[in-house]
Amino acid sequence: MKLDSVGKRFANGYAALEDFSLDLAPGQFTSLIGPSGCGKSTVLNLMAGLSRPTSGQVSWGAGGKPDIGFVFQEPTLMPWATVAQNVALPQTLTGRPAAIEEQLAKVGLSAFATCYPRQLSGGMKMRASIARALASQPALLLLDEPFGALDEITRFDLIDQLLALWLGHSFSALFVTHSITESVFMSQRVVVMGGKPGRVLADIAIDEPYPRLPAFRAEARYAAWCGQVLDALRGAA
Amino acid sequence: MSKLWRILLPAIVGVLALSAWEISVRLLEVPLFVLPPPSAIAVSLAQDLPSLAESLVFTLQITLGAFLLASAAGISLAILFAHSRLAERALMPYAVVIQVTPVVAIAPLVIIWTGLDNAWAALFILATLVAFFPVLSSSLLGFRSVDRGLRNLFRLYGATPWQVFWRLELPSALPHMLAGMKVAGGLALIGAIVAEFVAGSGTATGLAWRIVESGNRLNMPRMFAALLLLSATGILIHVLLSAVEYLLLRHWHESKVRSE
Ligand SMILES: Nc1ncnc2c1ncn2[C@@H]1O[C@H](COP(=O)(O)OP(=O)(O)O)[C@@H](O)[C@H]1O
Ligand SMILES: [Mg+2]
Repeated sequence: MKLDSVGKRFANGYAALEDFSLDLAPGQFTSLIGPSGCGKSTVLNLMAGLSRPTSGQVSWGAGGKPDIGFVFQEPTLMPWATVAQNVALPQTLTGRPAAIEEQLAKVGLSAFATCYPRQLSGGMKMRASIARALASQPALLLLDEPFGALDEITRFDLIDQLLALWLGHSFSALFVTHSITESVFMSQRVVVMGGKPGRVLADIAIDEPYPRLPAFRAEARYAAWCGQVLDALRGAA
Repeated sequence: MSKLWRILLPAIVGVLALSAWEISVRLLEVPLFVLPPPSAIAVSLAQDLPSLAESLVFTLQITLGAFLLASAAGISLAILFAHSRLAERALMPYAVVIQVTPVVAIAPLVIIWTGLDNAWAALFILATLVAFFPVLSSSLLGFRSVDRGLRNLFRLYGATPWQVFWRLELPSALPHMLAGMKVAGGLALIGAIVAEFVAGSGTATGLAWRIVESGNRLNMPRMFAALLLLSATGILIHVLLSAVEYLLLRHWHESKVRSE
């Protein structure tokens, strides 16, 4: 799956992306990092087919456009539906059979199936959102700063859970963040973006084994990777 | 405040006020045609109940019919407007004209059109016109305030327009729709009454006419009895619609969720 020198100009004439190329290998965990407003969400929307590029192409490998899961910045749950109904939404809309109990168990929400979103904490809502995105067994999971609004303890918790889910399944993940530490800890590859118009500044392979345990955060190599990403970002400024 | 107190407190206030009313009217020897004591109103209510009930049923039929038609029309137009800016541009000004024109002013016209023999049809049309706009405007607001993220999500999974409407737009708009209908319920009753006042003598048989008639005959106890029935009806409509709202929203909407 790739974006081939894609450009995106909004109706008001603002060029959010210009000559932007990104090639995702199947099964890879990639982070997209950049300052606020540099066009990260625009890239995800193009990949998901939620908006069309004004130039260039979004192309998919053999088999055409895969199933895509999308985790938005907000949990984006339907307040009138239970957690189980929310997680089942992809299946409900596509008419495919659903294994909701299994999905809920994966994110530790089994006991909350019949609860309504307002009864959940922020972290639990986000877990429901992730379970929903994975319910359709997507080949590509897009995440748009999903943990930005959470406290640090909850965030670390969710990062570990997401990594475990990724290791247990074979989807590719494109994780948008503005947190250097998050991107380095999670990914095999960090794509650094600059803005106005959005373009790729650096493409850094994080050559570290999985599973990545909390101890990794304390290692000198981790700090070195973070420094490298920071330098690339500074180059943007 | 405990549940008991919430019921007891207004009840006590009511009993005190009625007692004060009864006592002061008797002590000051106020004539019956100026202000009857509550006891006289109660007696009149009991005596005239059969004929008053007949009028009440007439008014209720008009109110209910107008409420249902106004809700159906308001919601349908809101759906149309939410999906077509063109339709909104073309029709909304006329909806506003209907809203801002006082019902009292157009009542004589509508009555001439329907004919005096069909006064009920005039009342029905007028009450509908009064009740319709709040349903339209709040439903439209509801359909417009669908969460953008959820819209994108439905698009991502290739939802059909029907799925988007049924599973996303309708539930999103529901709280606003119900709020508009609650206002419309009260307005339909007001519309039915005001229209009947204007419709004039002999042709109408609703509660409003009983009030006019009692006033003409200086039969104040019956006038108050009719008024009492009228406000009881208004309260009942409000309570019923609030109950429907509560039943539909109690699980998920912040306005209806009991704080723990
Ligand atoms: N619909 C739109 N119309 C015009 N400009 C937009 C629109 N959406 C986003 N933008 C602009 O495009 C730029 C990139 O937006 P976005 O992709 O959301 O950035 P990021 O997610 O990296 O913070 C921003 O400057 C934003 O203001
Ligand atoms: Mg963004």
